[in-house]
Amino acid sequence: MFNIFKLATRNLQRYRRRTLLTSMLITLGVVAVLLFISVSGSFKAMMIGQITDSMLGHIQVHRKGYLASIDSLPLDRNLKGKQVAIVKEILDNNEAVEAYSMRIKLGAMFSNFTETTNIRLNAVNPAQEMQTVPMLADRIIKGKKKGLLEKGEILVPELIAKGMKVKIGDTIVLVATNKDGSVNGQPFIVRGILEGISGPGGRDGFIHLHDARTLLRIEDKEISEIAIRLKNMDLLDKTFAGIKGQLGPIKNKMGKPVFEVHTWQKLTPFFNIARMIDLMTFFIKIMLVAIVLVSIMNVMIMAVYERINEIGTIAAIGTVPNKILSLFVVEGFLLGVFGTFIGVVTSLAAIAWMNAAQINFDFGRQKGLLLSPTIGAGDIITVAVIVIAIAVLASLQPAWKAARMDPITALRHV
Amino acid sequence: MPLITARQLEKTYLAGDIKVKAIQGVNFTIEPASFVSFVGPSGSGKSTLLNMIGCLDPPSSGDLQVAGQDTTRLNRKQAALFRGEHIGFVFQDFNLIPVLTVFENVEYPLQMVLNWPKEKRQNRVRELLKAVGVGDQGDKYPNQISGGQKQRVAVARALVTNARLVLADEPTANLDRKTANRIIGLMKEMRDEFGTTFIFSTHDPKVVGNAETIFTLEDGKLL
Repeated sequence: MFNIFKLATRNLQRYRRRTLLTSMLITLGVVAVLLFISVSGSFKAMMIGQITDSMLGHIQVHRKGYLASIDSLPLDRNLKGKQVAIVKEILDNNEAVEAYSMRIKLGAMFSNFTETTNIRLNAVNPAQEMQTVPMLADRIIKGKKKGLLEKGEILVPELIAKGMKVKIGDTIVLVATNKDGSVNGQPFIVRGILEGISGPGGRDGFIHLHDARTLLRIEDKEISEIAIRLKNMDLLDKTFAGIKGQLGPIKNKMGKPVFEVHTWQKLTPFFNIARMIDLMTFFIKIMLVAIVLVSIMNVMIMAVYERINEIGTIAAIGTVPNKILSLFVVEGFLLGVFGTFIGVVTSLAAIAWMNAAQINFDFGRQKGLLLSPTIGAGDIITVAVIVIAIAVLASLQPAWKAARMDPITALRHV
Repeated sequence: MPLITARQLEKTYLAGDIKVKAIQGVNFTIEPASFVSFVGPSGSGKSTLLNMIGCLDPPSSGDLQVAGQDTTRLNRKQAALFRGEHIGFVFQDFNLIPVLTVFENVEYPLQMVLNWPKEKRQNRVRELLKAVGVGDQGDKYPNQISGGQKQRVAVARALVTNARLVLADEPTANLDRKTANRIIGLMKEMRDEFGTTFIFSTHDPKVVGNAETIFTLEDGKLL
């Protein structure tokens, strides 16, 4: 086998410029794919991190049917105190769960005494919330971050703060209708201004859980949603299945399920963007396959055509067809390996450079996001295996043609 | 026992819709260590006959025994293995592999066909290169040596496997007279030294004179 590799290497060196050009084409393809995977992967990971760590958590538990009507923030679909206690017990005994946060979600009228507007609010226990979504405090662009908020305070979303011209320390009034239809109002001090981010809940305000209960006159310890943070995101599917498995069989008096459990993927439209990125990656990989297939096949067809007489000679002196086939397949393999190696090295250098250069970009209303591309060994190995396998595959047809060539016809070829 | 026995050997080609009888009812025997020439004008069937003897082209009918083997029954792979073990080839255009050095060209059949161990094959290659008079050219590539030297290398490659038979189709056609005579002389020397049977085809009457046995072909028939 070593001899076949030696001869294949010599044959590739025969037309150095062509070998280099073909390898460069493969290299370009590999670089394009690896850079796309690393940059889009970094963007995806950053957005997922932002969404889960500042808003959604990794998993959420609601009363069955809540999510379908979440746009109207229904208060009559909250989890009752007993139901909350069941969930708490399950979560407290689950080692994969790092923290969870109880929330009441409500809609209210926001008044600065001269104007009124609608506001969507999350009422939270600040300590629980900061453990569950640790990046929430980072979204406070004005005001104190420490402790998130106290009773009687509100974190106002940036757009409402601008529109209603409210500042830190201002008093505003929230007016809300409870599930029985009675209206109640309560004053709040503006504690901070919250940066809006993409996705559901990204432009909601925050108040203390206790305040929501007094505003809505809720006596029971009912809750709209329970956001859960996991110790390890890689265990998402397993933990989700476990929690769902425990809560799913619990039925109400009518025999219908009480709870619904969802991962972050179900809760945000960004998951579709993430899937779109994966789909684009897939199509870019297909383009890479096409590039490798066409370039290697072209080179190998040319190689066979140019060496017909030589194929006739080696066949005449006793080289068996399988060895002739191996000779050409190994040439394709080496082209693939060479192109991939240079491509991987170039990509790693480019990724290192991008990280060193601290490139910033804007996404929607978010400014100055830092591009920090990374690439996993798994992705590199996958791309390398695909390229090399396709290089071998592309060589098979010309190699087979060479191996099946009639020695006399080949020897007569000029 | 003859090295080659041909009985009622025939080869018919299809040229479009027309059947062309390239070889018609040929009978002959060739003894080991012979120095044989097939002569005849272009199109007389010399190359076709050599190709059949060399297991490159099966006959359409008839019997052909080479080195005790009925070569008409060999499949493609068996024919390749048989050639590798028993038959050497010398071509009109030398047909050396350009990316291999002279040494590696001669080494090729031992390395890629017969899988000899390194030391044994390298000793054999050195012996053969010295025998054909290019012992000092081993590191050169084919494009760095003359036509005569290339054909010497080709002879060495044909003999390196201890082949019992070397087939040379017009081996001197691309050489000048002086070099042609030297190559024929070399082949004869090699026959004497190694006991190898040499069969060559030519239409050059001056080269034919060197042969010990001459078969004349015309229109596919032996005269």
